[in-house]
Amino acid sequence: MTDDIKKFSTLSRRGFLKASVAGAVAASAPMVFVSNAHAYVNAPKGKTVTLGFNVPQTGAYADEGADELRAYKLAVKHINGEGDGGMMNTMKPLSLKGNGVNGKKVAYVTGDTQTKSDAARSSAKRMIEKDGALMITGGSSSGVAIAVQSLCQEAGVIFMAGLTHSNDTTGKDKRKYGFRHFFNTEMSGASLGPVLEKEFGKDRTAYHLTADYTWGWSQEGSIKKYTEKLGWKTKAAVRTPLGAGDFSQYITPVLNSGADVLVLNHYGKDMVNSLTQAVQFGLRDKQVNGKDFQIVVPLFSRLMAQGAGENIKGIFGSTNWNWSLKDAGSQAFVKSFGAEYGFPPSQAAHTCYVQTLLYADACQRAGTFNPCGVIEALEGHKFDGAGNGPTEYRADDHQCFKDVLVVRGNQNPSSQFDLLEVVQQVPRKQVEYPASMLGGELGSCKA
Amino acid sequence: MDSILIQILNGLDKGGAYALIALGLTLVFGTLGVVNFAHGALFMLGAFVSVTVQKILTISKKVKDESITFFDAYKETPYLEIWWGDTGTMIIDYAVPISILVAIPVMLLIGLIMERGLIQHFYKRDDADQILVTFGLAIIIQEIIKANYGANPIPTPAPEIVAGSASIGAAIGLGESLVYPWWRLIYLFFSVTIIGAVFAFLKYTTFGMVVRAGMHDRETVGLLGINVERAFTIVFGIAAVVAGLAGTMYTPILPPDYHMGMDFLVLSFVVVVVGGMGSLGGAVAAGFLLGILQSFASMNEVKSIIPGIDQIIIYLVAVVILLVRPRGLMGKD
Repeated sequence: MTDDIKKFSTLSRRGFLKASVAGAVAASAPMVFVSNAHAYVNAPKGKTVTLGFNVPQTGAYADEGADELRAYKLAVKHINGEGDGGMMNTMKPLSLKGNGVNGKKVAYVTGDTQTKSDAARSSAKRMIEKDGALMITGGSSSGVAIAVQSLCQEAGVIFMAGLTHSNDTTGKDKRKYGFRHFFNTEMSGASLGPVLEKEFGKDRTAYHLTADYTWGWSQEGSIKKYTEKLGWKTKAAVRTPLGAGDFSQYITPVLNSGADVLVLNHYGKDMVNSLTQAVQFGLRDKQVNGKDFQIVVPLFSRLMAQGAGENIKGIFGSTNWNWSLKDAGSQAFVKSFGAEYGFPPSQAAHTCYVQTLLYADACQRAGTFNPCGVIEALEGHKFDGAGNGPTEYRADDHQCFKDVLVVRGNQNPSSQFDLLEVVQQVPRKQVEYPASMLGGELGSCKA
Repeated sequence: MDSILIQILNGLDKGGAYALIALGLTLVFGTLGVVNFAHGALFMLGAFVSVTVQKILTISKKVKDESITFFDAYKETPYLEIWWGDTGTMIIDYAVPISILVAIPVMLLIGLIMERGLIQHFYKRDDADQILVTFGLAIIIQEIIKANYGANPIPTPAPEIVAGSASIGAAIGLGESLVYPWWRLIYLFFSVTIIGAVFAFLKYTTFGMVVRAGMHDRETVGLLGINVERAFTIVFGIAAVVAGLAGTMYTPILPPDYHMGMDFLVLSFVVVVVGGMGSLGGAVAAGFLLGILQSFASMNEVKSIIPGIDQIIIYLVAVVILLVRPRGLMGKD
């Protein structure tokens, strides 16, 4: 103790102040900021630029993650001038020339999110701090996307979200460094509402079963908002634990509730299980209030439809994109992906592929990899030829606006992949909303 | 009234699955003294016997969809349907019941290989070693299944004739609105039958007597010249068959995926602990009890009073029971 006091007393006042300031800076900032105080994080020095693909490689969404990774690898190939170029031939405007980005070839590293926020943050952190990733992209869950987006904002690295559907990603949790091409629950509600009215009428009573996390709440809110606008009543909205497995105890109260529509705000395995069990309880054969009982699954994916088997037939939902679209961009992507892997891409693969091209193109247009310049290039960027018609990355919330698909489980599939039938390509105008509606603050770029 | 009856049925049905897994777990613990964390994987393997049988029965003739040129897409027609028409369709439809016949020898073999090949080397090791090795084994089995079948759930429907719901209310004079899925009723009946058969086997056969005696005093039974080790190996095989059959029959209720065993394992351990480690009756009673409590806790009326109770009820009951009866419901001091 006495020695410590002696040591302290030998320090000069100036030396003490210097040491204190240096210590405070070092303690409050991650190493990654300190090492690039005057440039930007992971500014590429060699002949390559590294991107970080953070997808679920294990866990319940591993199949979806594997498809995302396939799409990312294909995008890298196309950007570097390999393969047939895919959407690089259809996307307009496009500055990429098929020789990399800003004179550098694109390389990548991968991380496993395990569909867990903490694991996803830790793999993103590793890719930024150890592997030198300049941009992070991926995810198959809104909880994960929001957690990683927030980390990227702190680190000053751009995050191009993969499959995330909660309003919060570009709403209350939006960030300056985060961008989402995928649609959201607000758009699902806006696109699905009129189709539900046409198919099932205005006089309906809905019962919601909702996955108890950010995406489920967001999905439930949007569908309630748009169906109640039509005149539907909401009998109950019951939260179910994520990964419940057996949903029988949540489905049985629906039987005699007086509701004639069950809305399953579930995704992935939860949706497969709850739909299978709802059908077993005879809900689809039931008549309530003089009407045929209906089930609605607001967010569909082809991989989910595979798991649900026969039960998905005739069920309405919405999706970001489907491989059966006939526009030039979709066809170019399906052709490349099909030739490379032997089967069609999922909607998750599509959004990940497009996000990678958009990021690379923004770097090329900005003439820099500096995130502030890239953000500026992405904000308000209008493009076409990537599926879903003319699209805009809205500057106010970094959400892409484009056409949305309303789909139905195919009653008579022509092949093992033909599981969803596109009922309507809902125009972008119908799903647009003011950026202020979902709240949140983008924050600023750390230039 | 209807909703209470339905929740009781839900609970019994869920409890049936818990009880079947817990029965095997506690049987292995009671005889071999091993806490087998790979037991959930046996449940999952049983489910994948069903998936495999269905895959074999639906091996199909593929007709290429010529309208798709970017990749190969096929319209598939199972050979059984091509060869035998409606009879072939019926055989495919009955894939799950057929799987039961396949699951018995397959699961017995897997159980015996698991016990002889690995578990027996850890009988005299620490509990921590046993837990680590069986947990590791469970993960290996999971990953093998994932590599071969993918991570997505695979639909494995019940036969068409029992795919819908039974009008229980109409049958017992309570009105048309009380319905319950046929397959869940079959599962409940099946689980009670299997539990009864295991108990009868242990109680009324000479082999069962040896096992029960061995559970009480292994050394003395050995001194009588009885090969207890071999009897316990067979017990491990029986436990594997029980868990496997529980999984096979559960596939129409829960489309199987590689992780389903782990989901059930945690709850089954709680069931075993609440019932009393090594107590067969305790495991069964606790399985049904916890299943019913879980169902009632999920009722909107209950959740409106205690939000979130459905997610903690099992653990809450476990804590209370262990505080009041540290050896579990039917565990002996």
